[in-house]
Amino acid sequence: MANVLVVAELLEGKARKTTLCAVTAAKQIAEGTGGSFDILSIGEGAGAAADELAGYGAGKVLKAEIAGGYTCEKYAATVAEAGKGYDVLVACASAYGKDLLPRVAAKLDAGVASDISAVHTDGGKLSYTRPMYAGNVSGTVEILTDKQVVTVRQSEFDVAEASGGASAAEDIAVQSDPVADKVEFLGVEVVKSERPDLGDADVVVAGGRALKSAENFTSVIEPLVDALGAAMGASRAACDAGYVSPELQVGQTGKVVAPKLYIAIGISGAIQHLAGMKGSKTIVAINKDKEAPIAQVADYFLVSDLFDAVPALTDAVKKL
Amino acid sequence: MKILVSIKRVADPDNAGKLKVSADGKAVTSEGLEWKMNPFDDWSLEAALRLTENAAEKNARVGEVVLVSIGPNDADTQRIIREGLAKGAERGILVEADEATLDAGIVSSILKAIVDKESPDLVVMGKQAADGDSNVAGTELAEKLAWPIINSAMKIKTADDGKTLDVQRELDTGVATLKVTGPAVVTTSDRILHPESVKNGVTPDDHQYAKLEVGGRYASLKGIMQAKKKPIDQVSIGDLGVDTAKALNYTKFELPPARSGETTFVEDAADLVDKLHNIAKVI
Repeated sequence: MANVLVVAELLEGKARKTTLCAVTAAKQIAEGTGGSFDILSIGEGAGAAADELAGYGAGKVLKAEIAGGYTCEKYAATVAEAGKGYDVLVACASAYGKDLLPRVAAKLDAGVASDISAVHTDGGKLSYTRPMYAGNVSGTVEILTDKQVVTVRQSEFDVAEASGGASAAEDIAVQSDPVADKVEFLGVEVVKSERPDLGDADVVVAGGRALKSAENFTSVIEPLVDALGAAMGASRAACDAGYVSPELQVGQTGKVVAPKLYIAIGISGAIQHLAGMKGSKTIVAINKDKEAPIAQVADYFLVSDLFDAVPALTDAVKKL
Repeated sequence: MKILVSIKRVADPDNAGKLKVSADGKAVTSEGLEWKMNPFDDWSLEAALRLTENAAEKNARVGEVVLVSIGPNDADTQRIIREGLAKGAERGILVEADEATLDAGIVSSILKAIVDKESPDLVVMGKQAADGDSNVAGTELAEKLAWPIINSAMKIKTADDGKTLDVQRELDTGVATLKVTGPAVVTTSDRILHPESVKNGVTPDDHQYAKLEVGGRYASLKGIMQAKKKPIDQVSIGDLGVDTAKALNYTKFELPPARSGETTFVEDAADLVDKLHNIAKVI
């Protein structure tokens, strides 16, 4: 029987959807082992976020209000203290989860299974599948320590549906940690977009180096993105060249996405990029070179100059 | 300034599609693939070299970079360390270990033992290894040292040998700006390779490094010659007094199923939209 604590991720006082993917994993662990799960709402606005998180079937929602910006040094001691009462700690493997949970794990002497894609509870015994080698191998791993720390890949766990009801709320004490004084949070530049979040969009339109400029992303890619109501993504090369900002990067080092439709435009398909999108249901490639490695994963391939094909595609989509 | 950089050898990440799994599913085999320096470590080495040189004076060394690699004591691991020495690092440490006996917890404990002996101002390391893709060892090392961690650093600036650091780090929602009191552990994003991403108070602030497309700098011929004479200390885990109990046990490895179906080549945009709408039914 495993009792699970979900570590919520807050952004501007609200729980990010990443939290609800972690809730789904926590439910699988709890249900498969006959245990239960709680949620820890931690950060600035933890109280309001806890109210929102009370509707997902957790036994209770713990609250730890911490003002100022997030640093793992400031949060880890409180999460670890709360985690002492649980068998498994779960968060999403977002930049937040990958930063915070290993620090918590080290405090608890717990092993970490990071970025898992599946939970197994055969006979009540927990193990996890995780993609390795840029998604070219999947490993099944058991955690041997008393406590287990797990981060989950957002694209592999559905966003939990609200189940009604209201979990009990409980304030917990914020723990101090001397190392927290060594990091001063000066600010975060949150990139705002009216478009769907890349992590959980149904459709992703991604551009590569062949776009040649930021202006071309705006004039060629964005109209298609908006015609499809899609999220915009990019290859590492396009982010690196400064055509779009880094948080749009899809790949081994960026976001891993698995939308219903992924359209790769002017992206050759380096192995590191494929690692971030080959779980997509339908993959479309638009590329001049039909031998490009993206062909290995593409369901549909339009061999064409993107500057001709994409505006035509945008027009055709608008006529649907 | 003294910086410890951990470098791991990994099976050639650009050919990871050629990896195989042993018949019993207990091991990943990389036969036929060359061992390469973990690319994430290569970025970190580049950052460490920039922090310890005067780029305006032909990259004259003004600090020390110590490389540490944990792995089999063989020609491949030594070659990876020599590659880092040829790029400019001062010396290497090879901690002999069978990779199958390691996990992130053990690796971070080994690195802590090395830090305790070497007392660097910073540890700069890859945020993940291109094989395990775990993203864990750097942060665990920081916690074990009671040091701060800066994960996915894209800009680092220090004018006092790492005692204080102005950094920007990449998030999946944007960019965070932090002021950090060292010593600290730093992991890097690929943006750390940009021409103006590292400032050390020695190289003029307006210096522009050459644009690097893929990884860190190449070794010069002179660097390669000098590297042959640089020392590589060999250490055993036993010497370090580290707890070697594993926290993770991999029970099975598998190759993920290939994507089913063939690629359909479409004629034009209208044909593509027709197929996406009527056959795939995704728009």
